[in-house]
Formats: sequence, C-alpha cells, structure tokens
Amino acid sequence: MSSRLVETWVYLARSPLLWLALTVTTYAAGEALYRRLGRHPLLHPVLTSVIVLATVLLASGTPYPRFFEGAQFVHFLLGPAIVALAVPLHRELHRERSLALPLTAALLAGSVTAVVTAVVTARLAGASRETLLSLAPKSATAPVAMGIAEKLGGLPSLAASLVLLTGVLGAVIGPGLLRRLRVRDPAATGFALGVASHGLGTARAFELGETAGAFSGLGMGLNALATSLLVPALMRLLVP
Amino acid sequence: MLRGLAVLLVFQLVGEVLAHLLTLPVPGPVVGMVLLLLALELRLPQRDGLRVASGGLLATLSLLFVPAGVGVVQHLPRLAAEWPAVAASLLVSTAATLAATGWVAARLLRRPAAREGA
Repeated sequence: MSSRLVETWVYLARSPLLWLALTVTTYAAGEALYRRLGRHPLLHPVLTSVIVLATVLLASGTPYPRFFEGAQFVHFLLGPAIVALAVPLHRELHRERSLALPLTAALLAGSVTAVVTAVVTARLAGASRETLLSLAPKSATAPVAMGIAEKLGGLPSLAASLVLLTGVLGAVIGPGLLRRLRVRDPAATGFALGVASHGLGTARAFELGETAGAFSGLGMGLNALATSLLVPALMRLLVP
Repeated sequence: MLRGLAVLLVFQLVGEVLAHLLTLPVPGPVVGMVLLLLALELRLPQRDGLRVASGGLLATLSLLFVPAGVGVVQHLPRLAAEWPAVAASLLVSTAATLAATGWVAARLLRRPAAREGA
C-alpha cells in the first residue's frame, strides 16, 4: 500500500498537473486569507503563495524547472495580460487627456529615479553585475521587467522576485510617505504608487479610493512603457 | 471573450515579430500593448469581447506573477550573499521613486480638488 502511495507521488510529481493545481489553489487560499485579514499588504497573495510554493519545492526537493513545467500554463498568460493593459489605459487616457503633460513629467521623474537610484545604491553596496541588471527594471510590472532583464543579460526570475519585493515595499510605505511629503491629491498619490510599485501599488491605491486607483493603473501602464524605453540607454551609462 | 482573447494573442504575436525583426529594446508584449492602444485610438471594432477578455486577464494579474516569483528558489545563494545591497537598493529606490513621482505630479496637477482636500 505505501509503495503504491510512493509510486503515485513519483508519478504525480513528474506531471505538470500537480504543480499547476498547487499553484492555482495556493494562490486562491492566499487570496481568501488576504481578504479575511483586512488586506494587509504584507499578506498579499502573491507574496504568501510564493513563500508557500517555494517552501514546498525546497522541502520536497523538487527542482524549479519541474515545477515550471506545470506553472508555465499560468505564466504564459502574462504576455496577453500586458497587451490587455492597453484597454484600461485607453479608457484613462480619454478621461484625462488634459493631464497628459503633468503626468508625463511626473512619469519621467519617477521612472528615471527608479532605475538610477536602484542601480547606483546597489553598485555602491557591492552588488554583482547580474544583480544590478536584474534590479534596474524593478519598478515596472513583472512581465515587462522580466523581458527587460532578459534583454540586458540579467536574470528574469530574479527580476521577478525583486519586482514583487518592490511592490510590497511601495504598498506598505507609499501612502504614509506621500502624506508626509504633503502630496494630498489622490491623483498624484495613485500615480506615484503605480509608477513606483506597479500592480501591488495599484491594489493599495484602490483601497485609498477610485481616483487614486485609476491613476495608479495609468502610472503602472505608462511606467512599463517608459522603463522598457529608458533602461537600455540608462544602463549603458550606469553599468559600463 | 474568445474573439477578445484572439485579438490579444494576435497583437502579442505581431508585437513579438516586430520586436525580433527590428531588434527593439522593448519586449514583444509591450510592443503589442502599444499597437493595441493605437488600434483602440483608431476605433478598432469588437470592443466588448476585448473588454471582457482583458478584464478577465487583468483581474487575475497577480496570480500570473506567481510561477516566476517562485523562481526565487534558484537565487537563494545569490540573495544570501548580496542581501544587504539588494535591501538597500530596494528601500532607497522605492522611497525615492514614490517621492519624485508624487512630488512632481502634485506640483504640476494643482487641481481644484487637491486644494479643497488640503
């Protein structure tokens, strides 16, 4: 009987189904927990499910590529999801056309600051080249950041982890920091959260209000674009 | 829904092809996003199916980050060795980005609602 169990485990651990099912159910459980406990940013389902799944992989000795054989079906949808960002972006651009100039200025300030401060700080603190190249796009949404890191010669999966940490950090410190800087306009607050902390910042901004949320989504979409255009040029200056 | 998904995949495909052919510095899906934005500005038909498909995908956006995020297990030795640099970089950069974006946006927007709120 127990040898039958072991056989079943060996069979399942090799099939993509187990890891796909585990990824989706872990996330669903994490989301339920997040809602029940008042949406604390440190309990964001992305963070909790990454920790749980990583622990399962390490505890069961499963190599990441085998996990990814199952999880890739979820991962693949990132591409169409980025394309889909055009739809809310189109809607917001129509509503806020008169704000185009101020928002472009704020976007450029934020996007350049994100890349330069991340790379310069890490370089001064002695980070390796791959780490620098993976840190550069960390304020862009994960799929875009991964694409950029890959093109630069960084590590896409490391970039994805750094993007997640940036999102959580921005969601936790963002609203308080902006209040202290006397940024009271919900549009400015939301836009800053989206530019600095992509999707997790946007989730936090929606908790502050509809306006902050919409502008945050706009900031996230625009910074995905700005980061992909700016990073290659900036990196030539910052990491020779 | 299905047509909307087909539209998204076709725009992604065209974006990937263009990014490769022209060796653009931008990832293919981002090129696809820009092309779709242009198409929407030019009033592409079938907005409804597209809205359903994009709404569905974006509602589960967080889940889509998980497979790549778990990839952190491959980088534990690197992070163990470099964590002070990484932590300093993330903290400084995230705070500076929030401050720079928020400050510029608040100064330049100067909307009536903001003054009322102040």
